[in-house]
Amino acid sequence: MEIVQTLLANEILVSVLLSLIPLVFVVVYALIVLYTEMKIAAHIQDRVAYMRTGWHGTLQPIADMIKLLQKEDIIPAQADKLLFRLAPFIAFAGTYAAYAVLPFSSMYIGSNINLGAFFLVAVGSLVVVGILMAGWASNNKWSLFGGIRSAAQMVSYEIPIALAIVIAVMISGSLNLQEVTKFQDGGISNWIVFGGPLPLNQKLMLLPFTLLTFLIMFVASIAEVNRTPFDLPEAESELVQGFNTEYSGMRFAMFYLSEYANLFTVSAVVVALFLGGWSSPFENFMTGPVWGIFWFVAKAYAFVLLQIWIRWTLPRLRVDQLMYVSWKVLTPWLFFCLLAVGLILVI
Amino acid sequence: MLQPPTLPTNYTVKPGQIKTSTGKTLRTEEMIINMGPQHPSTHGVLRLEIVVDGEIIVDCIPHIGYLHRCFEKHCEHMTNYQQVIPYADRMDYCSAMTNEWAFALAMERMLKIEVPERVEYIRVIMAELQRIASHLIAIGTFGIDSGAFTPFLYAFIDREKILDLFEMTCGARLLYNYIWIGGVSHDLPPKFIEQAKDFIKYFRPRIKMMNDLLSYNEIFVKRTANVGVLPREVAINYAVSGPQLRGSGVNWDLRRDDPYSIYHKLQWEPQIGKGEMGTVGDCWDRHIVRMREMEQSLNIIEQALDSLPEGNVKAAIPKRIRPDKDAEIYVRTEASRGELGFYIVSDGTASPFRVKARGPAFVNLSVLPEIAKGAMIADLVLIAGSIDIVLGEVDR
Repeated sequence: MEIVQTLLANEILVSVLLSLIPLVFVVVYALIVLYTEMKIAAHIQDRVAYMRTGWHGTLQPIADMIKLLQKEDIIPAQADKLLFRLAPFIAFAGTYAAYAVLPFSSMYIGSNINLGAFFLVAVGSLVVVGILMAGWASNNKWSLFGGIRSAAQMVSYEIPIALAIVIAVMISGSLNLQEVTKFQDGGISNWIVFGGPLPLNQKLMLLPFTLLTFLIMFVASIAEVNRTPFDLPEAESELVQGFNTEYSGMRFAMFYLSEYANLFTVSAVVVALFLGGWSSPFENFMTGPVWGIFWFVAKAYAFVLLQIWIRWTLPRLRVDQLMYVSWKVLTPWLFFCLLAVGLILVI
Repeated sequence: MLQPPTLPTNYTVKPGQIKTSTGKTLRTEEMIINMGPQHPSTHGVLRLEIVVDGEIIVDCIPHIGYLHRCFEKHCEHMTNYQQVIPYADRMDYCSAMTNEWAFALAMERMLKIEVPERVEYIRVIMAELQRIASHLIAIGTFGIDSGAFTPFLYAFIDREKILDLFEMTCGARLLYNYIWIGGVSHDLPPKFIEQAKDFIKYFRPRIKMMNDLLSYNEIFVKRTANVGVLPREVAINYAVSGPQLRGSGVNWDLRRDDPYSIYHKLQWEPQIGKGEMGTVGDCWDRHIVRMREMEQSLNIIEQALDSLPEGNVKAAIPKRIRPDKDAEIYVRTEASRGELGFYIVSDGTASPFRVKARGPAFVNLSVLPEIAKGAMIADLVLIAGSIDIVLGEVDR
């Protein structure tokens, strides 16, 4: 016991332990979402998916992980070896860094910094570097295409996301995600997507703009994580497998993990900014730090499921159409919303 | 090099037109990429050598022959004519019934054999079922090419039901050896008519569902309309046939224009592309022509099932077929992918002196470089998908 106490007294160790909690979460969550994605996809397509490993194939994600660990780690002879090795970890680091500022509950947030929302936008760009590195280092033309497409796409879609974050921040008056969530506490009507906890007349005026912002943010976040209909960087029918064509084994698994972790991050950001984060949708029902985790994860997970549903229904856009959506549709509308929200808040 | 066709594209940057802020033309280099033979969307082992400027295709050269199996040479070494039929199955393996029918028809015309009427009806039913099965593959894989995975599996579920019908008739699911010279190998099994009618009843709503899910999907329309436009004249000049020709607005269907079997007795309409979503002859037109042809095929099957006569399923033919010396024939039929013709020359022995197959997929593929220039890589995938090639028949 003494050892535990001394260990707990060590601040550095405690912070290391605390920062490891999201990592455990990410791995467990990735396994669960992998399973649900395969099952949902199968049922959308009139199939049954995994049925052999465990009850209804529940052990399949673990088996997949073990398989990936055992795979030979192939590095192409002409590849840029250092960048090739580094790329998956940079991509994952960028994704994982975002978990530092996600407010899982009123009692738990990795780092309660005042620039949380800003930090999210900043580290989100790091993923691009990893993907671009992978595309370049593979020495494969298809990978290069994937990397370039990814860079163009993520840079374009960061602008609508940043603008949407700005709108949420304007209404709540804080960049700290924990503060933004607290601002929305107290029932579904206080969520920013419905105008936030403001006087009724102001709320009603804000409502159309916040709803629009929320929708745009959701569309942009799908593009940010490269999923259908915006999955151009790894468009299978065009670019073979995009930037991760040459990757195998654990490095491929890192990209995979990073993709699924990113899926949760963008959903969590939408939830924290617009849907009240960890706060319960019913005023005093199931509130508190523990239920907070439940609400936060449940809301974000609902968005992940929505993204899976979209993925297995829609075709893919073309590169120029993708840019068109970002620059000529989403961004101008968000500027309009920004202006309108600003005016309403001043009035 | 041919001039790029004037496509109604909305790309603003043309190759070599990027200007720097000081007004200089930016030096850009073209990149040569090999697409295939191991690429997920070349529908087999087609290799496309593409020259790209960024994402825009400057030139596209198809290389074929990875699946060459000496079909024509093999035919000359068969010990009798009947043995060619299983081999003809393997040309366009997605549409085997129509292949064997074309060969059998050619031999029957050469030998002047009258087949019983029941055989004609059975053959029409089989060929139209096969046409639906083949179009389902085309539509499903076209969905995958555009990024939608789910329609592919829906198409395959429906195709499976057709294959079940084939299986109960002749035991095989892909390569049937069912239509023989002078008849068919077996009569229809007892429950076939009932099950075929069930299938028609089941399949009509499924076509509508496919249209809702894929054909009229906003993203799908945006991706395929005005892409890969094949103008009417170019299509005719390249001798394109089948749904691809009709997609370009040419009303030409051998089942009506050079009638064989009992097609002239049945009520149906050839479908042509009208440019509803964009230009006449774009990828969407080719896709929708296939969707509508499946409905027409259902009409044909329904009528044929209702008026199926009783009778023998084999004509009286000599045991060893020996056509006259120097007898020759060219017969063309409307296969799933277009005009499939067989030119057969006999030297009086039991095996053909020469067999030449005119395959629709091979001819249709030749138009790809013409319409792919100026498109994007993502478009090229769709154009190749809308041409609906089967490499087994392209290479033979």
